[in-house]
Amino acid sequence: MIVPTGILLAVVIGYPVVSAVIMSFQKDAGLDKATGLFVAGGFAGLANYSHWFLQQCTTAAGTGPCPPGNIGAVFWESIGNTLFFTVVTVILETVIGVWMAIIMNRNFRGRALVRAAILVPWAIPTAVTAKLWYFIFDYNGILNHVLGTNIIWTAGEWSSRFAIVIADTWKTTPFMALLILAGLQLIPEEVYEAASMDGASTVQRFFRITLPLVRPALMVAVLFRVLDALRMYDLPAILTGGGGGTGNATTTLSILVVQQIRQGFNSASALSTITFLLVFLVAFVFVRFFGANVVQTQAAQQKGELK
Amino acid sequence: MKTRRLAAVAGIAVIGLALAGCSGGSSGGSSGGGDASKGLTSRGPITYVQGKDNSNVVRPLIAKWNSAHPSEKVTFKEQSDQADQQHDDLVQHFQAKDANYDVVDVDVVWTAEFAAKSWLTPLTGKMKIDTSSLLPSTVATATYNKTLFAAPQTSDGGLLYYRSDLVKTPPKTWDEMMSDCSIAKKNGIGCYAGQFAKYEGLTVNASEAINGSGGSILGKDGSTPTVDSSAAKKGLQNLVDAFKDGNIPAEAITYQEEQGRTAFEAGKLLFLRNWPYVYSLAKTDGSSKVKTTFGIAPLPGADGVGASTLGGHNAAISVYSKHKATAHDFLEFLESNETQKFFATQGSLAPVVASLYTDPTLVKQLPYLPTLLTSIQSAVPRPVTPFYPAVTAAIQDNTYAALKGSKTVDEALKDMQAAIKAAG
Repeated sequence: MIVPTGILLAVVIGYPVVSAVIMSFQKDAGLDKATGLFVAGGFAGLANYSHWFLQQCTTAAGTGPCPPGNIGAVFWESIGNTLFFTVVTVILETVIGVWMAIIMNRNFRGRALVRAAILVPWAIPTAVTAKLWYFIFDYNGILNHVLGTNIIWTAGEWSSRFAIVIADTWKTTPFMALLILAGLQLIPEEVYEAASMDGASTVQRFFRITLPLVRPALMVAVLFRVLDALRMYDLPAILTGGGGGTGNATTTLSILVVQQIRQGFNSASALSTITFLLVFLVAFVFVRFFGANVVQTQAAQQKGELK
Repeated sequence: MKTRRLAAVAGIAVIGLALAGCSGGSSGGSSGGGDASKGLTSRGPITYVQGKDNSNVVRPLIAKWNSAHPSEKVTFKEQSDQADQQHDDLVQHFQAKDANYDVVDVDVVWTAEFAAKSWLTPLTGKMKIDTSSLLPSTVATATYNKTLFAAPQTSDGGLLYYRSDLVKTPPKTWDEMMSDCSIAKKNGIGCYAGQFAKYEGLTVNASEAINGSGGSILGKDGSTPTVDSSAAKKGLQNLVDAFKDGNIPAEAITYQEEQGRTAFEAGKLLFLRNWPYVYSLAKTDGSSKVKTTFGIAPLPGADGVGASTLGGHNAAISVYSKHKATAHDFLEFLESNETQKFFATQGSLAPVVASLYTDPTLVKQLPYLPTLLTSIQSAVPRPVTPFYPAVTAAIQDNTYAALKGSKTVDEALKDMQAAIKAAG
C-alpha cells in the first residue's frame, strides 16, 4: 500500500513541483538575431531569482534595474499587495466569522434557515462573485447610485484595494463562520453554566471559555484562509484586472505569475517557486508556533492535547 | 523503520527529478526546423482551430469545404472566447508538437512570436499564397523576418462614432475634435472616449495617439524602440491633456470596448473610438438612444486622417501538421473572395481583400465599409515582435500611469522606451 501511494504522490505532487524548480534555473529562450528564431536559453543560475528579488533585468546592453513597465519592477509591490490582502481580509473574516458563528450557535426559531442562507456567498463561484462586485463597483453601478457618489472604484489606489477586500470578505466569511461554528458546538453547555454560577460576565465567558476552547478550530480556519489569500488570483483579476492606482495597486503574486507565463516560462517558474515557498513558510509558522494542526494524530487526541 | 522511510522519501525525490529531467529539454521552445519541411505534399483530413465562433461563420464554411473535398475533410476545434486562453491553448499544443492542430487562427499580434518559435510553416515555395489582392497592411501583420508566415484572414480598424444630431461634419483632426467638445459641455455629456482601462485596448489607443501624430513605437528594424521622439510625446500628451481638462470623462479610465459602447448608446458621449462591430449594434439595440442620430468617420489625426491600430486575425499552418498540402488549399479557400464576402455579411468581420470594400452590393448592406477602408488603409500594425507580451505590458503600464497623472508624459515615455528595450 505504501509503495504505490508513494509513487502516486511522486508523480502528481513531486513531479510538477520539482520540474518547476528545475525550470526556474533555466534561462528564458532568447532570440538569435541572425535567423530571427528563438533558441533555448541554457542554464541561468540564480538569474531568474535575482531578476525578481533585486529587480534586475538583462538586456543586450547588460544587466541593470528593471524599468517601470517591465513586470519585474512590480515584484515588491505585488508582494506588498498580497500580504496586505491576506492580513486585512483574514482579520476581517475572522472577527465577523466568530460573531456570525456565535449567533448561529444560539437556539432560535429559523436557525436552520439562517445557517443555510449564510452559506450562499460561499456557494457562488468566485468568478461570478467577482463579476457581481464588478457591476456593483462600476462607475455607473449600484454602489455609486446608492451612496450618491462619483467614485471610480476600480481605478483609485485604495478604493480598488478596498473593493477587493469587501468582495473577498463577503465571499469567504461564511466559510470561516461554519468552521468556527463546528468548533463552538464541541464546547459543552455545562462549562458555561458553571461559569455563570461563579459569576462570570458575558465578556469574561467569551475570552476565558469560548476563545480558548474554540482555538483549535479557529486556527485551522485561519490557516486555510491565509493560504487561500496568499495565492489569490481570480477575484482581483476579474474585478480590477490587477489595476488601480498607478496601474498595479491590486496585482497579487499569482496575477504576476500568470502575466509572466505569457512572457517566459522559466522566470515564471522562479516566481511561482517564490510564491510556493512563501505559502509553505507561512503554513509552517502556523503549524509550528500557533498549533494549527490540520491533521490530528490519534496519539495526540488520546493524550487530550485537543478538545 | 526510520531508514526505510528515509529511503522511500529519497526514492520519491529521485523519481520526481528523473521525471522532471525528461521534460527539461523540451521547455526551451525552439525545435522543429525539420518538421517545417515534412508533409508539404501530403493530403488528408485536417483540423482547423479557432476561438469561439460567436456569429456562426466557421461551421457553414467548413460544411461547404467538406462537401467539396470529401477525402480532405476539415474538423473544427473551437476554443474559448477569451483571447488569452486561446493563446495559451495554442502554445501548449505547439509545445506538445501536436499534429492534430493543422491550421490555426492567430491574432495578428501573436504571429511573430509563433513564427520565431518555429511553430508556423513559412508560406514560401510550395506553400506560397497569392497576396496581391489583399490590403498591404494586413499582409504586414503576417510577415516576420521578411517571410510570410500566415494568411491574413480578417482585418479590423478603429472608427470614430459621432453624434450626427449635435455635430454636422465630423472632425478631421484631433484639435478640431477637441474644439467640438464645447458642444458636449453645452449638452451636459462627455466629449470623447476610447478604451483606456489597463488591458490590450489601452495599447491600441496609445499606439493610435502616438502613430496619429507622426510618432512610432518601434523603428524600421522592428526592434529598436522609438517612443522618446517629440512626435510620440505630442500624441500621448493629447490624451493626457484631454483627461486633465475633462474632454475625456474621468470614468473612461475604466472603459473597455463595451463600457464605451454602452455610454455612447445611452447618449452620454459625443465621440467614441471603437471597432466596426458597434455600428450594427448601435443601429439595432433596443436600449440604443442614438439609433438614427450617429455617424461614422475615420479616426482624427494630427493633420488629417489618423493612424488606426490594425486588428484582425491570420490563419497559419502548424509545422507539425501532417497534411500541409490540404492545409495550404484551405488557407486559399479562407482567402477567396467568396469566403471573405461571407465573413463580412455573416459575421461583420472586416475583409482582407481590398476590392470588397468598394463592392456596391456589399456596401449597400454594410454602409461602414468605405469609411473602414480609409481607416485600414492608413492603419499601422502593432509592433511585429516575438516579444509582444512584454512590449504591450510596457506600453500599457506607462500610458496608464501618465493618464492617471502619476507620471509626466516625459517620464512615461522614457520608462516605456527602457521597458521595451528590456523586453528582449
